[in-house]
Amino acid sequence: MRNILTVVLALAIVSLFSVLPAQAEDTSFAKVERGHHLVDAGDCVACHTDAKGKPFAGGRPIETPFGVIYSPNITPDRETGIGAWSDEDFYRAMHNGVRPNGARLYPAFPYPYFTKMTRDDVMAVRAYLKTLPAEKNARKQPDLTWPLNHRVFMRGWDMMFFKPGTFHPNADMSAEWNRGAYLVEGPGHCGACHTPKNELGADKNSEALHGGIVQNWFAPKIAGNMRDGTGAWSIDDVVAYLKTGRNKSSGAAGPMAEVVADSTSKLPDADLRAIATYIKDADGGPDKTPPPLAQDDKMMVAGQAIYADSCAACHQADGKGVPGMFPPLVHNANAQQRDPTTVVRVILQGARTVATGARPTPFAMPPFDWKLTDQQIAAVANYVRNSWGNAAPPVPPDKVKDLRDTLGKKLNDGS
Amino acid sequence: MGSTLALDRAQARSISGEVPWQPDEANKPDIVQPGPSEFFTPDEGQFVDAAVSRLIPKDDLGPGAREAGVTTFLDRQLAGPYGKGSTWYMQGPWAKGTPTQGYQERRAPAELYRAAVKAIDDHCKEKYSGKTFSALTPDQQDDVLKGVESGDVTLKDVDGKTFFTLLLQNTTEGFFSDPIYGGNRDMAGWKLIGFPGARYDYRPYVKKHNQKLGLAPVGIKGRPKWTPS
Amino acid sequence: MASSAKKLPSVDVVLVGFGWTAAILGQELTDAGLNVLALERGGWRDTSTDFAVTFAQDELRYYYRQALFEEMARETLTFRNDPGQTALPMRHLGSFLPATGVGGASIHWNGQNWRFLPSDFVAKTHNTQRYGALPEGMTIQDWGVTYDELEPHYDKFEYLCGISGKAGNIKGQIQPGGNPFEGARAREYPNPPLDMVYAPTLFEAAARETGHKPFPCPAANMSRPYTNPLGVQLGPCTYCGFCEKFGCGNYSKSSAQTTIHPVLLRKKNFELRTECNVLKVLKDSDGKRATGVVYIDAQGNELEQPAEMVILCGFAHHNPHLMMLSDIGKRYDPQTGEGVIGKNYAYQIVSGVDLFFDDKIMNPFVGAGALGVGIDEYNGDNFDHTGLGFIGGGYLACWQTNGRPIEYHPVPKDTPKWGGKWKAAVAKNYLTSASISTHGAMMSHRNNYLDLDPTYRNAYGQPLLRLTFDYTDNEHKMSDYLTERATDIAKAMKAREIHAKPRTGHYDIVPYQTTHNTGGAMMGADPKSSAVNRYLQSWDLHNLFVMGTSVYPQNPGYNPTGTVGALTYWAAEAIKTQYLKNPGPLVQA
Repeated sequence: MRNILTVVLALAIVSLFSVLPAQAEDTSFAKVERGHHLVDAGDCVACHTDAKGKPFAGGRPIETPFGVIYSPNITPDRETGIGAWSDEDFYRAMHNGVRPNGARLYPAFPYPYFTKMTRDDVMAVRAYLKTLPAEKNARKQPDLTWPLNHRVFMRGWDMMFFKPGTFHPNADMSAEWNRGAYLVEGPGHCGACHTPKNELGADKNSEALHGGIVQNWFAPKIAGNMRDGTGAWSIDDVVAYLKTGRNKSSGAAGPMAEVVADSTSKLPDADLRAIATYIKDADGGPDKTPPPLAQDDKMMVAGQAIYADSCAACHQADGKGVPGMFPPLVHNANAQQRDPTTVVRVILQGARTVATGARPTPFAMPPFDWKLTDQQIAAVANYVRNSWGNAAPPVPPDKVKDLRDTLGKKLNDGS
Repeated sequence: MGSTLALDRAQARSISGEVPWQPDEANKPDIVQPGPSEFFTPDEGQFVDAAVSRLIPKDDLGPGAREAGVTTFLDRQLAGPYGKGSTWYMQGPWAKGTPTQGYQERRAPAELYRAAVKAIDDHCKEKYSGKTFSALTPDQQDDVLKGVESGDVTLKDVDGKTFFTLLLQNTTEGFFSDPIYGGNRDMAGWKLIGFPGARYDYRPYVKKHNQKLGLAPVGIKGRPKWTPS
Repeated sequence: MASSAKKLPSVDVVLVGFGWTAAILGQELTDAGLNVLALERGGWRDTSTDFAVTFAQDELRYYYRQALFEEMARETLTFRNDPGQTALPMRHLGSFLPATGVGGASIHWNGQNWRFLPSDFVAKTHNTQRYGALPEGMTIQDWGVTYDELEPHYDKFEYLCGISGKAGNIKGQIQPGGNPFEGARAREYPNPPLDMVYAPTLFEAAARETGHKPFPCPAANMSRPYTNPLGVQLGPCTYCGFCEKFGCGNYSKSSAQTTIHPVLLRKKNFELRTECNVLKVLKDSDGKRATGVVYIDAQGNELEQPAEMVILCGFAHHNPHLMMLSDIGKRYDPQTGEGVIGKNYAYQIVSGVDLFFDDKIMNPFVGAGALGVGIDEYNGDNFDHTGLGFIGGGYLACWQTNGRPIEYHPVPKDTPKWGGKWKAAVAKNYLTSASISTHGAMMSHRNNYLDLDPTYRNAYGQPLLRLTFDYTDNEHKMSDYLTERATDIAKAMKAREIHAKPRTGHYDIVPYQTTHNTGGAMMGADPKSSAVNRYLQSWDLHNLFVMGTSVYPQNPGYNPTGTVGALTYWAAEAIKTQYLKNPGPLVQA
């Protein structure tokens, strides 16, 4: 009896995944609209559009720890896009990570997440993509380190790390939670950045949403921890962040700026609330932070002087910032991550909060790389990470030097 | 999108659709590097050292212009775009003009300094038995400077009053500008008066009426306390 | 007349210059659905790239090396006091500091934001009625628009900016703590006044003691975080003391960048081209309509930009200069008194009183551009001028804007200009001094005018603008009167010594005074005596409008920016509600 009830509940929940109830979605307009919404949720346009190219026509270089992959053209062009693919071809690409000719796709295309999408949703995405103008842009070969430059090796990778399978709702949780789980684990593929990876670039599943390094940024933990996760944000705070690009604690900058601009700012409030519900409930593991650095630690003393002279004009002497403009640093989760890459990078190169229609002012923090030495940046990073009740592992000056060198190299080779 | 910096004036740009921005871009200042003279010859350097020592002397209150590195400051300024008058209108024809019409000197600052320093040294050699300005006593130096300032001392082919106005202005700049430009060494100028330097947040002090604040000066490149020790 | 330059696709509106008036018009006219193009001769400028908190505090670079200001090598003017003299080039900046680049002077102004008095707009009628005939050669005129007509537009500009202040007259009710002389306003300022530092509070007490009604000066420096009606956010001012002549590093001074750009630049029907210098406005063969502009880009290409409307949004004297170079309107001839283009150039006459204390610590470096207390008893016609020998006036204020040491190192009268005694005086007085400023009006005069120089050329080979200008008796008498009133209040502040510094002698283009240049394309009710009508529309070419202080027939005793903003919104409304529906002259000549 309980099993039957579970199945009935699960079916009822699954049916909520459509924007419209299953029986009313047979009109192709509704299907295309649903597909459009899912493409917004999946932020397909971001990876599948090159800086100087046409939307969805591919060619954007995606950096991975193993080299560069160029996104393919997913417009309906028959020669250089996916115009010649069948429905089944498209579903197998999304669900199984294989091309029509059986060749493996690289997980820079997050098929381990898209596999969770229902077949109806995948077909809706296909229906929307078919409405795009066909653009000519031939696929560029990836530039990967051996042996990954041979796609056949992806078979082994898939065997070890990938199990295709549609999302199963959790009958113990609410419909809203399950909707959030579907969006986050499926089209939203948040874990592609926010989940740490093993040496072969696969998700560490037991640490889902615990934060991860991506392209020399640290995408923070977004599970529900108070100190370094989303625990201190209300549902409304999360929704405001995703919808407008900022809330009273933070502004989306770096790679997340693009996600807000192209994806989350376009989602309906109900979906944003669902995402917020799910991630705030996610288990971010126990808090293993050491106690904060002592106030009289030489790093803290120097950091305090730098902060008062250089940072207080925006972030305020008491660290409380100006909500909605200059993020408060007091109890700032992003500033207290176990990995300080984002804090150090923002100090080195500056950062700009995304502009959205609702919040158009693009406040920009300027770069400090020319003004402060590695030691000084480490000092002020330590100060910010360990003051006002904050606590985070110390930042050594070498960490700053490494990131400065890495970023410097990137600028020198014109990328 | 390309650089947002307005440094490169060679390119007209079209901007539409968003406020342009790139990470790690800033029209940051040109920081003077220590090193040998880039403009002044040794003789000129000696003159300038001596002259600025009279304009802002070392005394009980603290270092003067020379100790504060004003000669280095002037050297770098004259070696750069300022010395060339690169943003000034330097087309002819040339005429003397009324005092209210301002600088009508044909020479840009670097050339003017070069010509004036030589002319003043020549004047000193003539008047003080072959001694250049830097070899005179402080009182004699003051006499010479006052004469140049008032026009009582006529210099060959150089408008002494215009030169003196520039020298005094530049010396003040060198004494009080941010140390990144080579002068105001150890923030000596700022310490003399109690100016806290390149700060940007005085909100905690707005309502502290009639109170000594005791804020240590800080430059654009910081102060000693910024470095962990 | 046609141009041989390459012809670009037409736009609905071309804005010449991209300072604040252009940003306001860009925003208003794109909202009306028009395609708007702005051509700016200077480069892109923004907060984090050009005056970030990491390097904005650089007195040498931004003031003395003029990093944000116009380059004389490209464009300047020639100057003489008197028509009998030969005008010579202003070879480097001094008396005034026009900007170049996106945002124009809105980046480096102080933020002192005022409304003119109702009587200012009818200065000629008002003063002749009250005091009789004007002095020989004084050429002031009524503006053709009234304070009441502009009131909602003043309000709109003040709310765009987030002005911090205290209203003195709301709908006719005098408000305690505000300026009791101001024209009636509909509502309070959008933000409360700034917190006050010490020196202005001493002035405030002395002003009250001597029978005046002091008030906090209205400031475009935010007293708290602010979101304006466009949804653009500004941050709170941190009293850094690097305001006028500098860009604001933390988004707390109103400017085109901080009030409009975030919304305007996102619009698909708006484009900005930088490093594009407009050389000439083109007219059709009848000479009744503008057909577009010719401009030269940084690579030296000359291009023709056709447009349905041309709006001159350059700084002050640049607009009449362009009209002269384009042969628009009748050139003013001071001999005959005929013509209007170039007529009625005006400026400001300013003076001050320095105060030196032993026992009061002012901390001058804690400052903001419009931080101060003022009194308005001696402005406009707020007082009886009978027997004084002048008309007009100005406000008195104790400002504390900065303590930047190259510029600010006050010493008592008769201190030597250099040497040990100078150094000692500087050290002794820096922290413990204050000053009272007077900000006097300028009436227009027959021999204060703009025309084209016969000899000198700009970087594009065009004749430089020539400025003929001096103070007259009216200005000196008025300014001396204001200096005396300031001295009265200074005495009541009980300093160790005071030093009154009246403005004497001829107008001198060397020392910095203000950047309040006005006139040359004045507005008015009659095409014979004005260049543009009350909607800032050219009498000659109905699709040409002229913005900025260029249209002022004379200059009242307040900083001009607030009125520039109001007039721009007023003109924008006329364009949107009248001109676009029925293109043609809005006022019958």
